[in-house]
Amino acid sequence: MAGDGIRAGDTAPGNTGQGVGHSVPRKEDDRYLRGTGEYVGDIRLAGMRELAFVRSPYAHARLVSIRKPADAAHLVFTADDLCDVLPIIANSGLPGFKSSAQPALASGKVRHVGEAVAVCVADTRAEAEDLAAAVIVEYDELPALSDMLDAARPDAPLVHDHWGDNLFLQTRVEADLAEIARTAPVVVRRTLRTARQCMSPMEGRGVIARWEARLEQLVLTTSTQMPHIVRTGLAGCLGLPEEQVRIIAPDVGGGFGYKGILLPEEVCAGFLARHLGHPVRWIEDRREQLAGNANCREHHYDLTAYADADGRLIALDADASVDAGAYSIYPFSACLEAAQVASILPGPYRMDAYRCVTRSVATNKAGIVPYRGVARAGVCYAMETMMDAIAAETGLAPHLVRLRNLVPADAMPFDNITNKHFDSGDYPEALRRVVAAIDVEGVRRRQAVQDGPVRLGIGFAIFCEQGAHGTSVYHGWGIPMVPGFEQAVARLTPDGGLELRVGIQSHGQGLETTLAQVGHEILGISIERIRVVHGDTALTPYSTGTWGSRCMVMAGGAVATACRELGERILAIGAHLLQVAPDAARIERGQVVCGARTVSISEVARTWYLRPQELPADVCSGGLEITGGYKTLRDTGTFSYAAHAVVVSVDTELGDVAILDYAICEDGGVLVNPMIVDGQVHGGVAQGIGTALYEEMPFDSAGQPLATTLADYMLPGATEVPALRVDHMVTPSPYSAFGQKGIGEGGAIGPPAAIANAVNDALRPLGVSVDRLPITPHRIVQALMDRCDRGVS
Amino acid sequence: MKPVAFDHDCPVTLEEAARLIARPGARPIAGGQSLGPMLNFRVARPDHLVALAALAGLTGVEDTAQVITLGAATCHAAIEDGRVPDLPGGVLSRIAGGIAYRAVRNRGTIGGSLCHADPGADWLITLTALDASVLTWTPSGGRMIPLAGFVTGAFRTVLAAGEIVQAVHIPRPGPGFGWGYVKACRKPGEFAHAMAALLVDPARGVRRLVIGATGGAPVLLQGVRADPACVGDALAGSGLGRVERRMQAVVAARALAQATNGRVMPA
Repeated sequence: MAGDGIRAGDTAPGNTGQGVGHSVPRKEDDRYLRGTGEYVGDIRLAGMRELAFVRSPYAHARLVSIRKPADAAHLVFTADDLCDVLPIIANSGLPGFKSSAQPALASGKVRHVGEAVAVCVADTRAEAEDLAAAVIVEYDELPALSDMLDAARPDAPLVHDHWGDNLFLQTRVEADLAEIARTAPVVVRRTLRTARQCMSPMEGRGVIARWEARLEQLVLTTSTQMPHIVRTGLAGCLGLPEEQVRIIAPDVGGGFGYKGILLPEEVCAGFLARHLGHPVRWIEDRREQLAGNANCREHHYDLTAYADADGRLIALDADASVDAGAYSIYPFSACLEAAQVASILPGPYRMDAYRCVTRSVATNKAGIVPYRGVARAGVCYAMETMMDAIAAETGLAPHLVRLRNLVPADAMPFDNITNKHFDSGDYPEALRRVVAAIDVEGVRRRQAVQDGPVRLGIGFAIFCEQGAHGTSVYHGWGIPMVPGFEQAVARLTPDGGLELRVGIQSHGQGLETTLAQVGHEILGISIERIRVVHGDTALTPYSTGTWGSRCMVMAGGAVATACRELGERILAIGAHLLQVAPDAARIERGQVVCGARTVSISEVARTWYLRPQELPADVCSGGLEITGGYKTLRDTGTFSYAAHAVVVSVDTELGDVAILDYAICEDGGVLVNPMIVDGQVHGGVAQGIGTALYEEMPFDSAGQPLATTLADYMLPGATEVPALRVDHMVTPSPYSAFGQKGIGEGGAIGPPAAIANAVNDALRPLGVSVDRLPITPHRIVQALMDRCDRGVS
Repeated sequence: MKPVAFDHDCPVTLEEAARLIARPGARPIAGGQSLGPMLNFRVARPDHLVALAALAGLTGVEDTAQVITLGAATCHAAIEDGRVPDLPGGVLSRIAGGIAYRAVRNRGTIGGSLCHADPGADWLITLTALDASVLTWTPSGGRMIPLAGFVTGAFRTVLAAGEIVQAVHIPRPGPGFGWGYVKACRKPGEFAHAMAALLVDPARGVRRLVIGATGGAPVLLQGVRADPACVGDALAGSGLGRVERRMQAVVAARALAQATNGRVMPA
């Protein structure tokens, strides 16, 4: 379905079909489709040796002793060998936060299964693993905390002995709800849980470290979303000045948040490369990824909603816990997730009062990293469950309850109950469109006559997604990394090509194309001649990197700013070559134009670089290279939004859920490349389906992860993702360069809520619901059998 | 993870293969679709891997009025594609087509799957229901082992050290037979958490229901006991929880419905 709003490229002067708003094919796909992308695992350096880690088999234990194999002791390194290496520390700025120190290699005790205890060096990975198997570690096992509710009890064993409890942080949004609780006509309560997940990009993590003696510099090639932040963190841990650390991110095969982190493995590799004098490499395998490395998304909610008899939400009372694992990860900390829960749980709705307690609980699990959508997948599931609960309690249709509570278009921009500044949009219209798209009335008629084991259900979810968070937002959340101005370098080459150097990382988003489209939009240079350079701290300006749906807004804005400033210089030179006043000329289709007279940008470049004798002495002393800095007009972020509607069938005998129809209406403002946006939505929905129905890392009471292979950790595949119908609305953001909004995460946010609501809609006539994710066949059948037992008793 | 170091032997005769397999620390490998991951996880740590898939003695196919014989090294894809004889209605082809993913079916073999004896393996469950047997080979002669007694537990068989499964004998059911096979999987191609195969063969007076994915050897119910109503009792000591036992009864009922297709068939 085509969009019906503004497409900036359609109206730009000199439109060539490559600018903002055009679905041009992705420039980077040529190398990806030919298999010539270069990932960490493809790189071979002379003299490079492989690393394998000895990892803790226990969730919580004292390290008694580590015995190295006698014949290879010099190839095995423990915490004692990492001289002067500092632990990874990521402190929240919020008052009351308790600090954790994540060592590069464990010392004293281990705090989760998979924590690195020693690192082994050999010519091949297999030999390094042989060596790791020969290291004998004696542990004294301690009681493990595998459940956040247990860990929050006052008498629980301690993950960090000096804390006194297991809370990284507890926060409160206060409100007096006593009067509302006494008088509200409708009160609904739910207890909900979301599973711990393991983000699973196609390419895992991996790092190559080498010490360049000539430059006295550590060069670390790593699969990361944020090279500059890794550089800052790594330099700190290794005690190196930052100019002696260079981070290169080559092709990166997906991130989703999993690569928004400074790794203990990076610290170890960096130390060893310098210490040993030869390059070392570590490639994460799936077992390390699943069993030992950072997890995400485990929430627990106790929620009470108060409403009028007509379904209008009066107040929400929330108690939320997040299982943050053993360590606060760098740079997002252990508390981003809970901070988001507190501030975005109210979703796109209006309400009179809101109270929320959050806890970031330390447990004996790997730390948590923000996964695509961060807390939003959980809070959307929680809030949308409450909307359906109000609907069930009042007897109103679920979409009507939502329409009564959504912020209306005429209230935009709108400051919500947690002071989120919704920039623009028509939320009710998005919902109305998906209600129409899935034929609610038709499904309701079929539901009314069904009597077999297979039942139909309809579910909705609507949410808004803050993207491109600015300085005040991240400072307010206490995150130790606060974004400021985003920068981009625009440099004209002597033959008229354009290099755009950006500090963000493109790991599948197509930014090598979309940022080129922005450059084209401003300067008219063909995107074939625009090269986007990223993934190297030596070549790009500082950036906090790629996270939080920020790149198209922030890096896009920075590229536009740099290109505009570069355009002024091109005009000054071009006007001289045309012998006209600069304000009489303009840039169009890659040329400086004045009336019928033109000079190409390549001619301008050649003249400035190689034939300066043709220019006056005072023309453009700064040259044809610009660093532009950019912030949005307000730093409170853009708010894209989407409504999801899904029809499922539930096999009530086997618990299987089939997605029969899935309709989405999203609004990402002006879409720089609508094809890429659709791809983002599709990919996100696939991951959201995983959250809803498949993905779960269970732990036993000893803290052992139980899904340590992809045979046990279920990821959705091609057969689990239905044909999606994606409709677009286009409401420009008033605060971004082209009206674009961050859109990278939204697809993953809606499915858990919409699918859970659909399943529970199907089960409602049978008197049961499933109140935790993922909704597995076992949980559905169990709920129905429990209900049956209660009926009998 | 990477496997431990091992030697890879490629014998060309059954005699040579049997001798190589009999060495301490040796392990046969056919398609390697189960053993491969076990090697990478270092669950399997052989000193020698002995490759069987290319042995001429394991690839023959024979079709008579009574029995279909498939060489043990016949890959799932060959059966799926109809490159070997099949039972009426494409019974074997449909079973093969439901195993894991095509890449696995291209290399995985019917004999290797049976010898691996995974409690959730398709061939083990379905061929037990079809009353198939394996023909084994040793230097001193072979034997015919009915699949009903072939597996003694999860990943355990009655095979002696050095004994090689050479072929699978699948008896042709009588005219008008009914066949049902239903598995409950989280995703297509994943291992099932409930599976039932049912053969109703009125001409021979045979009715066999096999429940798989129990965590142990397949559970065979025959005659009047080959009925979904008996599944719960039959699994009482299996260690399965009540939800899993319920699901097993459901897939058995659906297999029965497939096999009888609305017909009334004698037990």
